[in-house]
Amino acid sequence: MATVVALPLPALPSGWSADKDFKVVGKVTQDHATQRTIEPVGPHFLAHARRARHKRTFSEDDRIQAQERAKKVEENDDSDISEPEDPMMLQRDAKDWKSQDHYKVLGLSRYRYKATEEQIKRAHRKKVLKHHPDKKAAAGRVDDDNFFKCIQKATEVLLDPVTRRQFDSVDEEADVEPPTKKQLQKGNFYKLWGNVFKAEARFSKNHPVPSFGDDKSTKEDVENFYNFWYNFDSWRTFEYLDEDVPDDNENRDQKRHTERKNANARKKKKAEDNARLRKLLDDCSAGDERIKRFRQEANAAKNKKRLEKEAAEKKAAEEAQAKKEVEEKVAKEAEEKAKQDREAGKKAKEAAKNAVKKNKRVLRGSVKDANYFVSGDPSVATIDAVLGDVELIQAKIDPDEIAALAGKLNGLKVADEIKGAWQEEAKRLVLAGKVKESELKAFN
Amino acid sequence: MSEKKAAPAPGDRVVIGLTFGNSNSSIAHTVDDKAEVIANEDGDRQIPTILSYVEGEEYYGQQAKNFLVRNPQNTVAYFRDFLGKDFKSIDPTHNHASAHPQEASGTVSFTIKDKEGEEADPSTLPVSEISARYLRRLVGSASDYLGKKVTSAVITIPTNFAEKQKAALVAAAGEADLEVLQLISEPVAAVLAYDARPEGEISDKIVVVADLGGTRSDVSVVASRGGMYTILATAHDYEFAGFALDKILMDHFAKEFLKKHGGKDPRDNARSLAKLKQESEATKKALSLGNNASFSVESLSEGVDFASTINRLRYETIARTVFEGFNRLVESVVKKAGLDVLDVDEVILSGGTSHTPRIAANLGYIFPKTTTILAPSTTPTAINPSELQTRGAALQASLIQEYEADDIDQSTHAAVTTVPHVNNAIGVVSLSESGEEVFIPIVQPETAVPARRTVHVAAPKDGGDVLVKIVEGNTHIKVTKPEPKANGDSKAAKVEDAADSDEDSDFSDDEEEEEEEKREKVWKIGSTLAEAAIRGVKKGGKVEVTINVNADLTVVVTTREIGAKGGVRGTISA
Ligand SMILES: Nc1ncnc2c1ncn2[C@@H]1O[C@H](COP(=O)(O)OP(=O)(O)OP(=O)(O)O)[C@@H](O)[C@H]1O
Repeated sequence: MATVVALPLPALPSGWSADKDFKVVGKVTQDHATQRTIEPVGPHFLAHARRARHKRTFSEDDRIQAQERAKKVEENDDSDISEPEDPMMLQRDAKDWKSQDHYKVLGLSRYRYKATEEQIKRAHRKKVLKHHPDKKAAAGRVDDDNFFKCIQKATEVLLDPVTRRQFDSVDEEADVEPPTKKQLQKGNFYKLWGNVFKAEARFSKNHPVPSFGDDKSTKEDVENFYNFWYNFDSWRTFEYLDEDVPDDNENRDQKRHTERKNANARKKKKAEDNARLRKLLDDCSAGDERIKRFRQEANAAKNKKRLEKEAAEKKAAEEAQAKKEVEEKVAKEAEEKAKQDREAGKKAKEAAKNAVKKNKRVLRGSVKDANYFVSGDPSVATIDAVLGDVELIQAKIDPDEIAALAGKLNGLKVADEIKGAWQEEAKRLVLAGKVKESELKAFN
Repeated sequence: MSEKKAAPAPGDRVVIGLTFGNSNSSIAHTVDDKAEVIANEDGDRQIPTILSYVEGEEYYGQQAKNFLVRNPQNTVAYFRDFLGKDFKSIDPTHNHASAHPQEASGTVSFTIKDKEGEEADPSTLPVSEISARYLRRLVGSASDYLGKKVTSAVITIPTNFAEKQKAALVAAAGEADLEVLQLISEPVAAVLAYDARPEGEISDKIVVVADLGGTRSDVSVVASRGGMYTILATAHDYEFAGFALDKILMDHFAKEFLKKHGGKDPRDNARSLAKLKQESEATKKALSLGNNASFSVESLSEGVDFASTINRLRYETIARTVFEGFNRLVESVVKKAGLDVLDVDEVILSGGTSHTPRIAANLGYIFPKTTTILAPSTTPTAINPSELQTRGAALQASLIQEYEADDIDQSTHAAVTTVPHVNNAIGVVSLSESGEEVFIPIVQPETAVPARRTVHVAAPKDGGDVLVKIVEGNTHIKVTKPEPKANGDSKAAKVEDAADSDEDSDFSDDEEEEEEEKREKVWKIGSTLAEAAIRGVKKGGKVEVTINVNADLTVVVTTREIGAKGGVRGTISA
């Protein structure tokens, strides 16, 4: 019969193709199968057997081989637990069961709170097989059932999770004492304290319990550890140490009194236990180099930051100062230069003015030296005309041209040459449109 | 004694199923392929595994049990587990109120007066002889009932029976003139009894069988795959069983007796103790049916009669530690099998103690609602837990009665029973309503190969070309934590409070009721093995996908549109 599934298959993606519409994509995972034994029971098995046998005959060897292949389901009963029995323990009176070490009685000293329920059951059975009074009777000892009763009591306590916790709460054998100073001097700080907290962890309501770690633990782990433990939520109780409450047939008031007393005692012990754990943590953390280191590192980190900040501030201030100085210098220099420029300009102007004056004297002098280009005494009109043109030309040209003209005229002695230079200049100005020919009287 | 007779020819056999427990035994046969448990001459279907001799007369069953009060030293009880064992490895705890086991000529023996006359010497009988005598009585009852001499039987045994124990049992049966066709394990017999019902259907499921008896509790996790059974894990517990519940009632009534009448503790006197035990067991059984039960013993201690009553609530309170022990035991085996309670489809409660309603109810709490708890108080159609194993044995007996002894031996040979079981599921990918890929298992993990499984899967609504993607699958348990309650206070503040207050007060125990986290089993799609295309599926059509895992672990995929011609087939090599 086929199972019917309502959820639909996906549509074929476009472009999907394969030879004969089937393609192998992968392989079944390695370790795909385990050899196991099917139970030779029921009609379906018989059908399987018919197919599997094929008229073959299997031998005893085949059987052994096949059995070895098959994964075992049953475990051996007389496994792990074996612990020598203390002769003193065997003498114990079952009446004193309250003070007996139940784990030791069952041979589980090594396991204690770590023993699984199955281990306890197996340990019990093992002890029963050995210590049952009938076994003793067989060995010639009659009526020897004291230790057997101890075994029964131990099992009763340990197989009830409630009473087991009560016993585990006061099982000093499982305690790990905090290390002494002397022990710590030899090193092993982490291992020694780690074991203490591993043992204390058995009382934790919350799991997982962070482990103590070592000197390589991160700051976060160490902080987690101490946080967890300073807020430890413990199931430890102390009713196992209660005083026996008298049976209710006796005085009721007395019963109530004992109950009260027990309740107070439990409370007090619980408070003491909490204080003890506190002290343990204080002692441990006080010696914990990691905490010191983390603190130093934190301080160093803080200091480093401060110094860096200060240095940065200082540097910034220095830089600002330097910048200011540079700016001031530049401004001052600029001002100086401007002043110099101004003065230089003034001098140059004056020099130019003087040069122009001097050159103008040369120009005027030139015509005078040339006797106004006449022989004999020049008439006033001639002088006027020549000087008039000189004035005119001088007014129309700039100091450089004046200087150039003066340069040309300087050194000329012959009147015609002087006149030629003037005429040349006049002509240049006429051509440049600066002077009209008609304005000229002497140099046209 | 041992005139060895030749085994009967298959055609001449008269077969029964037989359960031989430490506390009780029972016998069954089949009528028209249906198992029926046989009541013996006392009308008992649960026949106490006890023999008693009074003046040379042999009594067995309930009558012998009654002699535990008056004739304990000549009564042998709780001996099944001693068969095939050394004296040093037996637990005599339950024999304290009857004949004690002892070592004689290297075997476990009992010394009893089994012959008539005051002067007759007591006999020292090895446990094999005691067993043979007891089995002979059982077979006699069955023969009387059937009107034919019973020749052969299938007998159930615990899963941890060693080869020596099996051999001793077969030998003891031989002494009783009974051919053992096969020894089958108790939990599997119980599963078979359920699967063989007309309404029982063969499916792939994980079954936990909790066999809670009188002196031991045996729990197994069985993978039931297409009617084949593989035991994945077991546990055997000698602490939490019926006797522990008897003891709780014995202590309860003894204390009540002392309170009321004072005087001697009935537990300190052998005869008083026997009476106390007998009546406590009766009261316990009554509490499985009714809400109240009475307890009444004539001359319980020093001639004082005692009568009392107890209601179920009170009983369940005082027996809490034992009931919780059963829960932890069952949980531990599921874990041992590498499974989660969410993986378990059925819990079969088997054995006399499984009648107890509280036990079934408690198991209901540790398993999810989807798990069926097969017990009288939780499932009206449940089979009587005390009869499951015998029924299974009778069914198996009828299946193999025609086989030659050699044939049975070869069919049950380890070379036949040791086969590979696949570790991962193989299945096909479908789409959920929201269009996500989901894994549809076809072959479940822990299926023995060769195996063949078929599913019919819907095609997309409008039909068309369809992708058949064959993949591996795994389950994992998804845990959804409840939303943390909005809490204004910072954590740090709370923490400091706690640290400050612990000096003068207890850590507070009354933590707020935490909401339970939600756990569900989800399939995860693993690696793709193959793809196939089915083309032109018509609207509303369905696709059939068949997976064959061969003995060599190659996987053959066959797929087609249902009702259409053709199809695709391919092989994935191992
Ligand atoms: N109706 C009932 N309610 C509660 N307990 C019951 C009921 N019927 C039987 N029992 C208890 O079941 C136990 C016997 O179980 P069962 O008949 O399965 O024996 P068994 O398989 O021989 O046990 P074992 O081998 O473990 O001793 C006894 O403790 C008996 O008191």
